[in-house]
Amino acid sequence: MTTTPTASAAPLAAGAEPATTPTTRNLGRRRRPSAQAARMGQRTFTGALALVFLFPLLWAAVASVSPKGGTGQVDGFGLGNYRTLVDYQAGIGQYLLNSAIVSVLTVVLTVTVSLLGGYAFARFDFPGKNLLFLTTLAILMVPYATLLIPLYVLLNDLGLQNSLVGLALVLTMFQLPFATFMMRISFEAVPRELEEAAQVDGAGSLRVLLQVLLPAVRAGLITVGLFAFLAAWNDFITPLILISDSTKVPLPLAVANLRGQTMGIIDFGATEAGVVVLALPCVLLFLLLQRHYVRGFMSGALKG
Amino acid sequence: MASTQTAAPPAAPGTAAPARRLRPSRRRRAHRRQGALYATPTAVFLLVFFVVPIVLVLRMSASDWSLFVGDRGVNFPVNFDKALADRLFWPSIWFTLKYTVLTTVILLGLALGLALVVQESGRWSAFVRTSFLVPSALGLASASLLFYALYSPQSSPFSAVLRWAGITDTPVSFLGTPGAALWSTVALVVWRFAGFYMLLLLVGLQAIPGDVFEAARMDGANRWQTFRSITLPLLKPSLALSTILCVTGSLLAFDQFYILTKGGPDNSTVTIVQLVYSMAFQGSNDLGRAAALSIIVLGGLLVLNAVQFLGLRGNQD
Repeated sequence: MTTTPTASAAPLAAGAEPATTPTTRNLGRRRRPSAQAARMGQRTFTGALALVFLFPLLWAAVASVSPKGGTGQVDGFGLGNYRTLVDYQAGIGQYLLNSAIVSVLTVVLTVTVSLLGGYAFARFDFPGKNLLFLTTLAILMVPYATLLIPLYVLLNDLGLQNSLVGLALVLTMFQLPFATFMMRISFEAVPRELEEAAQVDGAGSLRVLLQVLLPAVRAGLITVGLFAFLAAWNDFITPLILISDSTKVPLPLAVANLRGQTMGIIDFGATEAGVVVLALPCVLLFLLLQRHYVRGFMSGALKG
Repeated sequence: MASTQTAAPPAAPGTAAPARRLRPSRRRRAHRRQGALYATPTAVFLLVFFVVPIVLVLRMSASDWSLFVGDRGVNFPVNFDKALADRLFWPSIWFTLKYTVLTTVILLGLALGLALVVQESGRWSAFVRTSFLVPSALGLASASLLFYALYSPQSSPFSAVLRWAGITDTPVSFLGTPGAALWSTVALVVWRFAGFYMLLLLVGLQAIPGDVFEAARMDGANRWQTFRSITLPLLKPSLALSTILCVTGSLLAFDQFYILTKGGPDNSTVTIVQLVYSMAFQGSNDLGRAAALSIIVLGGLLVLNAVQFLGLRGNQD
């Protein structure tokens, strides 16, 4: 890996080799029996804490297939609650599709715009560069609600009302501060010698970017893409304000709306199943890409 | 040629620029043009979806602008007066502040504790860290829906346990009273974000060189002394960043209350962003007034962040 954050991120990631970095706790500790007991005690304590954090997720998974009166799964274990979701209004397939479209579009747009933007900020001088970068970071200072009220009006004027494309464009804008910052430091961590060699061979800046730099900043791109996906898949207030057509809402909104069904009686079984469907892709992606998730925090620490 | 030095260390940000060789001005102009070209998509996004909306929200806040009819002309400062006079304005500010203080203190305290118990390297710590972090992969809305089911009298596993243990027969109400609703929401947010802030603090912890602790140990400092006079001061930048993020996030709380409590019972848990939302899209449908309130929120946030930033900077010296 070429970027500096990667190297320091490695010891934090799960399943990493037991690193040799000294820490306060294991510094020069001798293996006395009491130390052994303290170790056991600490493991019991941290294990119990880990269970507390995992419990709600495990409970939701089990409860979604458990029998309960007033749900789609009355007796015996089974997938009745998931069948309720399939039959709910436009069907969970439609909402999953909406979420997938918005998420993929947001990831592609965020990765593309921040790749080009990060390259520009890290390797070029142009008029207004600092102003543009600061404006990008300023998005972080403005509450979502303050932007969403005018965006509701603006998207109507642009003919993007009730549109998944409009939603993805807005979500991309919200991602740009982190993504641009991340890509800028990723490019800055690449040694200039790498591209200068290619420039001597007469390659233009676009070819340098695509053939030489793209592999070098791949790790940063994965981090940006992961955060963009998690944000787009999970965002609630943006589609709540921008999408009013109930067949076009993404999954979180659909599951939240589901609670208001059937004359005030809430189908908790279906809600639990909906939470599982919502959470599963995020948890899997997170476990798969944990190292890249951690890198996002290393860049945050640089900022502070 | 520079390319022979392939083993050169990565250039630190900012140091590379002065080293650039002077180029003929035509190539320099082309270079600037290319840079501007690569930055164009970013600039277009910012202009259309950030700068224009900011200008528009300022105009809306000074106009009679309803959800369905649209712009009906300038009426400044009526929207601001109406927003400030809203029955729920002060209660929602008070509640949001109370929620922010509670959340920030509990969340950062817990996150620091978690970071300290899992900073050791090794497989067990890695597993425990991952367990703490998994909830932060979920969306806040998904987590709120999950806790909505977890808290409901019909499906809650807690009431079953309490009944089984003979502690109470009546279903426990997690969201029924203002106090219970606040604490239940804080619990949800702590569960969702503890790992996130733990990771942020862990990054700071790992940046502290190991030999500082070694030296303290040599001097005979005990664990508490080491924590107080070494870990905490050296962790200040990470703690400052976590505080600013946590305070800002909590002040703008929306999803968790919208899903979990709907602002109830009796409007006791209406946050300021919820008030903006309901002014614009529920009941009054008054976009102008909502815009005015959101400008007030933006102003308050900017002032508060400036104060925090200066305060934490000042502490550092």
